[in-house]
This record gives sequence, C-alpha cells and structure tokens, in this order.
Amino acid sequence: MTKKTEHEITRQMFEQLPVDTAATTSQRPSTTFWKDAWRRLKKNHVAMASVAVLLLITLMAIFAPMLSPYDYATQDIFAVNKGPSAEHWFGTDTLGRDIFTRCWIGARVSLTIALVATIINVLIGILYGGVSGYFGGKVDLIMMRGVEIIYTIPDLLWVILLMVIMGSGLNTIIIAIAITGWGSMARLVRGQILQMKSSEYVMASQTLGGRFSHIIAKHMIPNIMGPIIIDLTFSIPSAIFTEATLSYLGMGIPVPLASWGTLANDGAKMLQLYPYQLFFPALLISLTMLSFNLLGDGLRDAFDPKLRH
Amino acid sequence: MLLEVKNLKKYFPVGHKQILRAVDDVSFFVEEGETVGLVGESGCGKTTLGRTLIGLYKPTDGQVLFQGKDITRLNRKEAFALTKDMQMIFQDPYASLNPRMTVADIIAEGLDLHKMYRGAARQKRIYELLQLVGMLPEQANRFPHEFSGGQRQRVGIARALAVEPKLIICDEPISALDVSIQAQVINLLHDLQKELHLTYLFIAHDLAMVEHISNRIGVMYLGSMMEFAPSHELMQHPMHPYTCALLSAVPFADPDASRARPRIKLQGDVPSPVSIMQGCKFQTRCPYCTEACKKTMPPMREVTPGHFVACYHDEALQVTQTERKDTHAC
Amino acid sequence: MMSEKQPLLKIDELRISFNTYAGKVQAVRGVSLTLHAGEVLAMVGESGCGKSVTAQSILQLNPVPPTVVEGGSITLEGKDLLKYSDAEMRKIRGHEISMIFQDPMTSLNPTTRVGKQITEAILKHQKVSRKEAYSRAVDMLRMVGLSNPEQRMRQYPHEFSGGMRQRAMIAMALVCNPKILIADEPTTALDVTIQSQIVDLLLDLRQKLGTAILIITHDMGVVADIADRVAVMYAGVVVEQGSVRDLFYHPRHPYTWGLLDSIPKLDHSDEPLIPIQGTPPDLLNPPKGCPFAARCDYCMAVCHDHLPEETEAGEGHTVRCWLQHEFAPHVNNRFEREDK
Repeated sequence: MTKKTEHEITRQMFEQLPVDTAATTSQRPSTTFWKDAWRRLKKNHVAMASVAVLLLITLMAIFAPMLSPYDYATQDIFAVNKGPSAEHWFGTDTLGRDIFTRCWIGARVSLTIALVATIINVLIGILYGGVSGYFGGKVDLIMMRGVEIIYTIPDLLWVILLMVIMGSGLNTIIIAIAITGWGSMARLVRGQILQMKSSEYVMASQTLGGRFSHIIAKHMIPNIMGPIIIDLTFSIPSAIFTEATLSYLGMGIPVPLASWGTLANDGAKMLQLYPYQLFFPALLISLTMLSFNLLGDGLRDAFDPKLRH
Repeated sequence: MLLEVKNLKKYFPVGHKQILRAVDDVSFFVEEGETVGLVGESGCGKTTLGRTLIGLYKPTDGQVLFQGKDITRLNRKEAFALTKDMQMIFQDPYASLNPRMTVADIIAEGLDLHKMYRGAARQKRIYELLQLVGMLPEQANRFPHEFSGGQRQRVGIARALAVEPKLIICDEPISALDVSIQAQVINLLHDLQKELHLTYLFIAHDLAMVEHISNRIGVMYLGSMMEFAPSHELMQHPMHPYTCALLSAVPFADPDASRARPRIKLQGDVPSPVSIMQGCKFQTRCPYCTEACKKTMPPMREVTPGHFVACYHDEALQVTQTERKDTHAC
Repeated sequence: MMSEKQPLLKIDELRISFNTYAGKVQAVRGVSLTLHAGEVLAMVGESGCGKSVTAQSILQLNPVPPTVVEGGSITLEGKDLLKYSDAEMRKIRGHEISMIFQDPMTSLNPTTRVGKQITEAILKHQKVSRKEAYSRAVDMLRMVGLSNPEQRMRQYPHEFSGGMRQRAMIAMALVCNPKILIADEPTTALDVTIQSQIVDLLLDLRQKLGTAILIITHDMGVVADIADRVAVMYAGVVVEQGSVRDLFYHPRHPYTWGLLDSIPKLDHSDEPLIPIQGTPPDLLNPPKGCPFAARCDYCMAVCHDHLPEETEAGEGHTVRCWLQHEFAPHVNNRFEREDK
C-alpha cells in the first residue's frame, strides 16, 4: 500500500478523533477596509515616495517663506536676474525678487486654490450626483442634462465671465475652477450611486425599513469614499494646472502676489536669457502633478477589491 | 392563510413603448408555517415576484394579502411596520452585505431602524442571533470579507431574523454557494423554521433543493404561474408539459438511473418576455399545443384538491404521466 | 482496458501557486491525472479547490505573474507542454486542445459576426481556402444543433440566446477537430433544460468526432450524466479518482461521501441533508496532513500530520485517504452498492 512514509506510521496513529471544525475557520487577522488599503498603499514604493514629495512641498510652502531672509514682494535693483547662488538659491527675477521665496509663496497660493476648489467640487458633486442617482428617473434625466449644458460652455468662457463680474483675484479663480469642475465628480457619484442602488445590501436595508437619509449615510457614502478619494487626487493636479494656465494667460492673481502659474509666466518671458526663472516654478508644478497622479494610481490599486486575497 | 397573492402583475416599461411583463397575472398562497418553493428558469419572473411581494417594486396590478390585509396600498407608516413581519434573504452573499460595516452592525440594522433593542440588550441580541445561525459571538466585530460565502449567508439570515419576521422570502439563497455549504444553509433554514415557526417563500432554480425544502411548489414560466401543487404531488404527478420537461431535465447523482431516465426534450429557447404573446406562454415550445392554446392563456384550475395547473391538456398528460411512472420514477 | 494504452494527456505531480499580497497561495498541490483518447473525465470539487487552475495550466492560460508553476509536468502525447513557449502554445490552443468557458462571451468577440470568428479560427490553424473554411464553419454550426446555420453565420453573438452562444462557442472550439476539449463549468450559467441539451450535445460530439473531454463542474448530476471517469479535488489535491461507477457506487473517500450526502435525492424522501461541517482550509497555509481532516467524521491522529498517498482501491480507482491503510479501523460504507 503506502510506500515511502511507511516507517513512521504506527498503529496508534489510527485512533479516531472528534471532529474539530473550528480549526477550519479563517485565521487571518481582522482588518477594516481602510486599514487594508493603507497596508497595500504602504507596500507601493512609488505612491509612498509621492506622499513624501507632497508632504515636503506642503511643509516648504508653509515654512520656507517664514524662514527665508527675503520677502516675496521686496524688489532689489542691485540683484536683478541673478542666477542661482548661495544667497538666492533659485536666483532672482527681473525685479530682483528672490525666486526661492516667491516659489513657496506661489506654492501656498496654488495649493490653496487647488484644495479649496477641489473640496467645493467634491461637495457639490456628491450632493448633486447623489440626489440625481438616488432618485433616478426624470429627476436624474433633468439634472444630468443640466450638467451637460454646463459642460458645453467652454471653461475659458466661464472664467472670463466671472472675471468681468468679480474682477480677478484668488476667489474668482477658486470659483471658476469649482464651477467648471464639479460636473465630473457629480457624474462619478451618480454612477456609483446608481450601481449601488440595485445592490443587494441596499435592497436589504430597504426591506428592513431604511429610508433615503439612512441609506445614503449608512451605505452609500462609506462605499463611495474610495472612488471619491481617487478622483480627488487626480483633480487636485488638474486644478493646479488650470490655475497655472489661467495665470499664464494673464487671468490669474494680481501682482505682486505669485502663484506657480504667474511665476512660470514671468519666467517664460525671460526664457532665452535666464532659463532658470522658468525652470524652478515649472519643476515644482511638474513634481506636484506627477506626485498626485502617481499617488492616485497607487490609491486606485490599494482600493481595488479585485486584487485582494 | 398568511400570504395570498391574487392576479399580481408587475410590468416594466423598457422603451420604444414596449412593456416587459415580468410578472403576469400570478395567483398563489402560502399557509402559515410552511415553505412554498418557486421554481423556474432565468427570466421567468420569480425574483421580480419576490421583490414585488416585499415592496421593493410597486405592483402594476393585483392584490397581495398578508394576514388578510392588502399590502399593495399601504401608507409609509404601515409599510414601515410591515418590514418587521416580512423579511428577505438575498442571493449573493458577497453583494448583500455592506463591505464597510461590521457583522454586528449589519445584523443590528433592523434592530436600530425599528428601535427594538438598545445598549446592552442590543449587544446581547446580536450574540444571540449569531449563535442562532451557528456563528461565534467573537465574530461580531469582523467584516464581511473575512468570511466564506456560507458564513456570509448566515449573517444575511441573522439580519433577516433580527426583527422577528413571520415570513421570509428567500431569493436564491444557496445558488451562489458550494454544494457542501448549500446543505449547511438548507439545514439551518429548516431548523430555524421549526424553532421560530417561520414561513418561507423559497425562490430557486434548483428543483431538487426546492423539492427538499418545500411543502408546496409553484412553477413559473415567462412571468406566469404554470402549476402550483404540494411538492410530492408535483414531483409524482406533474401535469403541465413545462413542469414535466423541467423535471425530466434534472440529472441526479446516480449514473445508471440518471442516464436511463426518460427525457422530454424541449425545442428552441424561451421567447423574450417583451414580445406580446396571445394565449399560453408555453405554446412555442409545447408538444401538446393546439389552436385553443394560441387564443387565450389557460386559467389556473384546481384539477385535484390542492393541485392547480394552467393548461388545457392536463387530462392527456395525466395519462402519459402514469405510463412514465411505471417505467421509471421521475 | 484503457489503462494499458498510452494516455493522450498526462498531468504529473503538478504544483501551482499564486503570489498575492498576503503571501503564497498553494492552489494546486501535486495533481496527477490522465486523459485517454475519446474519454470524458470530469473534475469535481468546490470553488477554490484548484480544478480550474489545473485545467487552465494545460493551455498556460493562468496569468503570469501571479501564477508560478512550482513543479510537475503536463504531457500531451509525449510533448511536455510546460516547456512550450508562448508561440508554440498558440499552435496547440484551438488546434490540439480547445477550451470552453462558463461565460461564452469570454471567447466570442461581441463586435464580429459569429461566422467570421469561426472561419478565422479554421484559417489560423489550417491551410484551406476561405470558401472551404466557410462551408466547414456552416457544417459545424449545424452539427452543434443551430438551426439555419447560414443565417446564424451572419449574426453577432448578442443576437444569440445563452444556450445558442454556448453552442456557437463549442462549434468554434471543435472546428479544428482538436484531440481534447477542456470545458470549464460549461453548464453552470445555463438553465436546467438548456444544461441537459448541452450535455447531450457534448456527448454526441464526442461520439462523432472522438474528442476527449475534460469537464470541470461542481454539479454531481452533470457528472453522473456525462463522465466516464471522475477526479474529485479538494484543497489542491485529487482525493479520489476512478470510473463514474466507482465514484457513485463504490466511493471510498469521506469527502466524496460528504458531497453525495449534501445533495438532495429526487426520491421524495424527507431525509435531512447531511452537510459537511466547516469550510475548506486556507491554501495560504495548507494543513500539513490531509486537507480534509478537520472536517472529516472519520479523522484519525495520523490524518493531521501526514498527507496520505494515492492508494489503489480497484482498477483505475485511486483514493488519497488513511482509511485505506491496513492499520485503519473498518468504516461502514453506506454508499457501497452492488453493480447492476
């Protein structure tokens, strides 16, 4: 009968044992969805490097202007268009202002615009998409046509209109980006809600007597947080870029305040003579956008339940 | 009678002025404490029927009497109160539990909504329910993805039981589970029925399982109820040609007997439920189809006590059935 | 008997694992199977037992990574398929070994006419004229039982019903006359009346074309109807293997008993079902001994520590269970039945 294991098999081993089904239950440690996603994100080195870069940029935006000996608006006619050096790490611009300081002031402005605009986007998007998706039918039809109408008007036209009404400034840019950007979030939320509405756990909640507010708060919001966070990490860089574009076109924030967009715009004018003036703001814009995009990719992988095992 | 369904219809508009007749003039009843099985192939409307009964869909027409009261026209308060009496167990144990909630919160959802148990009593009730469905109290704070399909289905059962319902609609509760786990869940449902005096409406496509658990079986085809009879009666004396074909198609775990069983081979496929058809729904595939069948849908008739069939040709079939039984039990 | 002949396909001590975030999942842990020409071998088992992974590894269809073939061999008429490159494998697929799936839409292209897909499949492997290929495709569609094959050739997959799609997929798989058809749960998504039609069709085609069929299913009824031989898999190992009569009338492994006990009999008896308690082991950390030990009613001390070897219980009937050992106590086998 059995061949090679024969020598270690003894008669005593053939005593019957009671069934122990407890041994078959899973022994994996308990984790929540968020803990699990975080664990997976931590393993993703590219995403973690992006987080580090973004943290560094944020810290610099907060502290660098405070620690820098120069003021972002003070002009120094004796140090005009100086290249990067020990005194001026990123050099100075045509008015002798320290580009290092201005870059981090620009970071403050750009990041604030991006964050505030994106948060407004998300709030409007969740509310609008949520209502549209949950009630469905005619409500959905009308609300989604509304989004499409907003979409058909070019972004630039919105911005110019707002500029005419409100004048240029930080608030105008934030509102402009928010107005043009919430539609995609609304669509995302609507799609998710529509999908979830026909899911069995939402039906189960309905059969238990759960009403609109209960289902939205208990079932839908927690389940769309993943996709929303992913979308958020992708829309922040696009907001930064929109701001940069607007500033580049001269519709940005007023001087002497700076954003990465206005810095790049100023630098571009001097590109042939002093390329470093464009290089530093451009580098920061690129680095931030790249980091956010890579982080978004990482989050998407971390949240994707299909990969879990 | 706990539940009586009279001429229930549920139509869905599907665009181009077309109508999908998912449930078309269905009547049947469920006695207290029994299990009624609903079988039929995909698209026969059995799931829609279950969802309409529990109020997830508004019926197009007809009546649903629960304890003698029509529940199709309830106001909000009454409908909310009814959710305590009628519960549902869902098909997909992976989709029917919210992945972001702990097992305890999932089970307690009904308790919280109906404000039934509070504080320590709530905790105690959750543990009770977990034990009732064969799980351990220490599993209460885990998340659905940490469990196997069978265990998740147990959680789904506990959630339905939490509000102490009288009637539970089981919508394909085992079809997503492995064979050995199916038997566990079926036995659990059976034990719970005895212990808590539950009534089940058991929707499934697995005839053998339905026969095993049900006292009465309804056979649906294309939105209509074709035959409704006590399960032993239905298995031994099927009268509707569709029921016969369905029964003969089920293989069983005995190679000699299964290969030798007489088979009724149906031609073609199930027509679309969107197309409007005059007369019997089964006419396109029925070997007994006559002119009368093409004119009007045969009404449900009680041919022998408790055995209802919607067919003009049941007498002819009864004869062939007895012949079949002599050659081989089906 | 069959065992004297050279097998068409031989899987030997196959080991496959997946690298996942949580660690290495040992999906297949030493599977040996043989498939002879013209025979129907059914692989049964529950989800996650490794039956699909084993079948897909024959055609190297498991994605790499995360799949790692840890050892063993798959031999088709003396050729070791595991050593084949991608390009060499493409010549095997569809030509010598075909595969059909639970969902026909995984193999049918929704944007191409059914006829074109089948003709292309012929032209890919055989040097025939387009006209010749077309007429062979029409013949094949007729053979799988589709009415108006010429008209069907011009239709798109979405115009077919579920059963018809399955038939079209079978036609496409068999059009190059492969030696082996691997059918992964071909009837699971189908209604019972359509399921029996497909089972009949597969048996009919086996008769006409002599194709050997490796069918994967969890439905013991389908196994009883279609199989010549059966391999029962559990937690990555084959626990019992034998002819269909061996399996249903002389089963030897407690897991096979458990499977047979779990399904209701259509004999109108109200006997309660006897489920297998517990759940299958986590293959991230498979048990050292018999994987079924923790759920087995007849578990002995030896079972927890040592994986039993495959033991002959009859001609072509092997069982991986310590109950077969000479030291084991006698267990009354309720399923043992006289051959008719």
